[in-house]
Amino acid sequence: MKRTSPTVTEANQKLTFSRRALLLSGAQVGIGALLAARMGWISVVENERYSLLAESNRINLTLIPPRRGWIVDRIGRPLALNRTAFRVDIIPDRLQDEDRVLSELQRLMRIEADDMERIRAEIKKAPGFQPVQVADNLDWETFAAVSIRQAELPGVAPAQSFARYYPEGAGVGHLLGYVGAASAKAYEESKDPLLITPGFKVGKEGLEKTIDKPLRGRPGAKRTEVTARGKLVRELATKTDSPGDTVKLTIDAGLQAFAARRLGNESGSVVVIDCQDGGILAMVSMPSFDPNSFSDGIGRLEWQMLRDDDHLPLLNKTVKGLYPPGSTVKPMAAVALLAHGVDPDETVYCGGGYKLGNRFFRCLGHHGSINMRHAIMKSCNTYFYSMGRRIGYDLIAPVARELGLGAEFDLPLASQSYGTVPDGAWKQRKFKKEWSQSDTLNSTIGQGYVLTSPLQLAVMAARIASGRKLEPSLIASQKKPAPKLPYPPEHLAIVREGMDLVVNGAGTAVRSRLPLDNVKMGGKTGTAQVRAIKGGQRGQSGAWKYRDHGLFVCFAPVENPRFACAVVIEHGLGGARAAAPVAKDVFTYLYEPEKAMETLRALEAGWGGDVLTRTTKQRNAYMAANDPKIRAQMEAAMAAAADAAANAQADANGSSANNASTNTAGGRE
Amino acid sequence: MSSMIPAPLAQLPWRLLMLVAALGGFGTIILFSAASGSFQPWAASHAIRFSIFLVMALIMSRMQEDFWKAVAYPGFIATLLLLIGVEVVGGISGGSQRWLDLGIIRLQPSELMKLAIILALARFYDQLPSGEIRRWSALWPAGVAIALPAALVMLQPDLGTALMITAGGLTIMFLAGLPLRLFLGGAGALAVIAPLSYFFLLHDYQRKRVTTFLDPESDPLGAGYHITQSKIAIGSGGIFGKGYLNGTQSHLDYLPEGHTDFVFATMAEEWGLLGGLFIIGCFVLIARWGMNVSARAKTRFGRLTAAGLTMTIFFYVTINLLMVMGLAPVVGIPLPMVSHGGTAMLTVMLCFGILMSIERSNRHRTSL
Repeated sequence: MKRTSPTVTEANQKLTFSRRALLLSGAQVGIGALLAARMGWISVVENERYSLLAESNRINLTLIPPRRGWIVDRIGRPLALNRTAFRVDIIPDRLQDEDRVLSELQRLMRIEADDMERIRAEIKKAPGFQPVQVADNLDWETFAAVSIRQAELPGVAPAQSFARYYPEGAGVGHLLGYVGAASAKAYEESKDPLLITPGFKVGKEGLEKTIDKPLRGRPGAKRTEVTARGKLVRELATKTDSPGDTVKLTIDAGLQAFAARRLGNESGSVVVIDCQDGGILAMVSMPSFDPNSFSDGIGRLEWQMLRDDDHLPLLNKTVKGLYPPGSTVKPMAAVALLAHGVDPDETVYCGGGYKLGNRFFRCLGHHGSINMRHAIMKSCNTYFYSMGRRIGYDLIAPVARELGLGAEFDLPLASQSYGTVPDGAWKQRKFKKEWSQSDTLNSTIGQGYVLTSPLQLAVMAARIASGRKLEPSLIASQKKPAPKLPYPPEHLAIVREGMDLVVNGAGTAVRSRLPLDNVKMGGKTGTAQVRAIKGGQRGQSGAWKYRDHGLFVCFAPVENPRFACAVVIEHGLGGARAAAPVAKDVFTYLYEPEKAMETLRALEAGWGGDVLTRTTKQRNAYMAANDPKIRAQMEAAMAAAADAAANAQADANGSSANNASTNTAGGRE
Repeated sequence: MSSMIPAPLAQLPWRLLMLVAALGGFGTIILFSAASGSFQPWAASHAIRFSIFLVMALIMSRMQEDFWKAVAYPGFIATLLLLIGVEVVGGISGGSQRWLDLGIIRLQPSELMKLAIILALARFYDQLPSGEIRRWSALWPAGVAIALPAALVMLQPDLGTALMITAGGLTIMFLAGLPLRLFLGGAGALAVIAPLSYFFLLHDYQRKRVTTFLDPESDPLGAGYHITQSKIAIGSGGIFGKGYLNGTQSHLDYLPEGHTDFVFATMAEEWGLLGGLFIIGCFVLIARWGMNVSARAKTRFGRLTAAGLTMTIFFYVTINLLMVMGLAPVVGIPLPMVSHGGTAMLTVMLCFGILMSIERSNRHRTSL
């Protein structure tokens, strides 16, 4: 055996032991110190961080959705408010005998099978303390039925919440839009837990959507202590919500509602602008939808009905509808003519039209020698063909833009269509073609390529009326300064005189004079072709969708304009016939509401009731035609009614009275 | 010692007994809180078991050192057979049973092995002529004695216990005076083997514990949950704690195993850093007492056994505390005398019994 190290004796073995034992002792103390230091680090240096984590473990926050801010009109009348609503939630933690409770709920609340699927899935997924919504916006009977059985339904929590309510219904549908539960995508993006809190709604359309932020408010929170398994231990302090801000609009609620009703069964728009500050007093597009029914969640069939309607109730026509403005742009053209040196007293001879090369451009009449004021009054095409051609459309287009055509306004609207104010450059860009003289003639009388929205027409009227470059606004506090238009006041006065004559002289809208003693309206009618004139057919007859649009722009009082308005009636045949009477009543309402209401009531009687009655009737008819279940119900109801009538007859004839309750056979003859 | 106190009482190692009683008592207090202010189900059984085992340890202290010497080999072999036995029984019953049911406690042979390996190796090096210590014959029997039980325990699988058996055995080999280069070389080899064993030897769940330990936030709701919640409990306790019975991590069940392996976190949440320093201090003092016993032992067997047992107790504490503070993977080692559960307490109390017996032998031999 090879020995490389010296013999180990017992003595030096003991020494080795002592040394090594000392080393281990030292290691023990060292490790003890390390442990103490580590603990000190966690509990002192990182104490704050871990305390927070412990608290966030322990405390669970259940958000209380904030009450949404009201939307009120210019004098504080509510356009959108919150109504107490009844809802039923389930708190999974407190649920006992889930199957029994759920089937009892299903029976009480008549919940659909696929809704039950959703509820079951959510209960499984949700942490135990987080309420799962069973149903919202319940009627009082259902809510009461669940509430009185609460003791036998552990885990079921009937609760009151708030639902959005729009007193004006369909009249504010397009303007205000509606609210609904936030989309899954919105939650994915922001991860804001408020978005998935039951009962919380966000704006989905219209102003509700565009001014959603100030309306939202800040949620309250219920603090609860929960165990690791989500079991509720006790409830701690609750922080109440702070409701959203009230937003005041420039809208006049009464006027808005009146205009909506006044449009009747027509597909059209009314926009009224305050000539002092550009505030929009009314902005109505009809037919519309009832935002209240959207807030409850709209049915598939009702949606289908709205979508299929050729009157386009889902389109806000005031900003998204584009129409050839027709003769309503003639006052604007007159401003351009005056600005480029045309003498207002110079006359043009109208022999029924204007000859350009070998093409003849028609006028609606034979006006003879006619000056500017009278050309506006009579809506003489020949005058504007002739004068427009003299200065050229490239000089008219800038004036059109200056007066608001083709513009997109700074308004809290989801989108606006800005239409077209054509000129040479535009045509070159769009069609790669030279601007022609006939383009000038067509554009000058608001046909051809020109497309405008009702809002733009109202702004144009307001700017001509006020002489200021008014910017339309919807939010009351956001009034913008309006500089003067770069045209001499006397030019605008001449144009307004022409518009005065349209209504109060011998013009195209004399039948729409205001029925008021001391307020006169100035205006301009327009009739816009929907398709090219063929074989003398002027769009005055035939299928509805090929009829001419009727337009009217106006202001009042004529001497010192205070209000401006634009009315567009789709396929209304003519401006004087369809649009001007609406404008007349709208202005009448502004000065003498009672008189206007009287007119309206008479009209509505002829149409078959107010808006709600008519839309309900229309909806029922649609449902009956399209939903077999409802059709069967309606038929049964009708049979029962017939039956009852037959029984009543029998009673009257002195037959046995108990027939009424026992006889179930329908259609006795 | 004062003559007022009868000699047998005065001769008891009071310092150790006070420290042990302090820990056992504190453990009872903590377990009372862990059960949300109730003696059931843990505090009462803990106190009773602690008292029984303490009496047992005192009885053991009356034994002569030679008795332990005599039982060292038979005890080791018996324990090894028990280990094989549970392995066979476990194999038959299809589960991973690690214990034998003895009525009051479930005996885990692997726990006893922590003790048996110390005694057996101390006996072996005691017998070994001092000249043989640098020879192959000093190495291989000890190696086999460690490897066999460690491998059996790994099969169960119980990584923590296997490590402790190995560490206990190595401690004896180290103290016995085996060449230092063996240990340095071994450490070097370990650095190579550890990554390999990670991939080839460890079970999936053990492997996961290691990865989670290295990055607890990687799996905050899964395997990292224990460590994360434990650190939250300790960290949120601060210096003075949240107050007795006011812990939220433990009472609201965020802290898993708050009465067993993570009892230290339960304590730290309510007693803060001060409570932690108290426990650490107690164990350091106990270790010092044990090393003193070893230093004063008159026989080589006594020296090695005392130091080995002290280190075994210290391994328990170190591994447990490193684990709850997020410095070691979760290996399932309880905190002796504080955690609820009889096995670890039994092992440690057996250690104390033998240590006190050696200490008594020391005094008696000097006084004779």
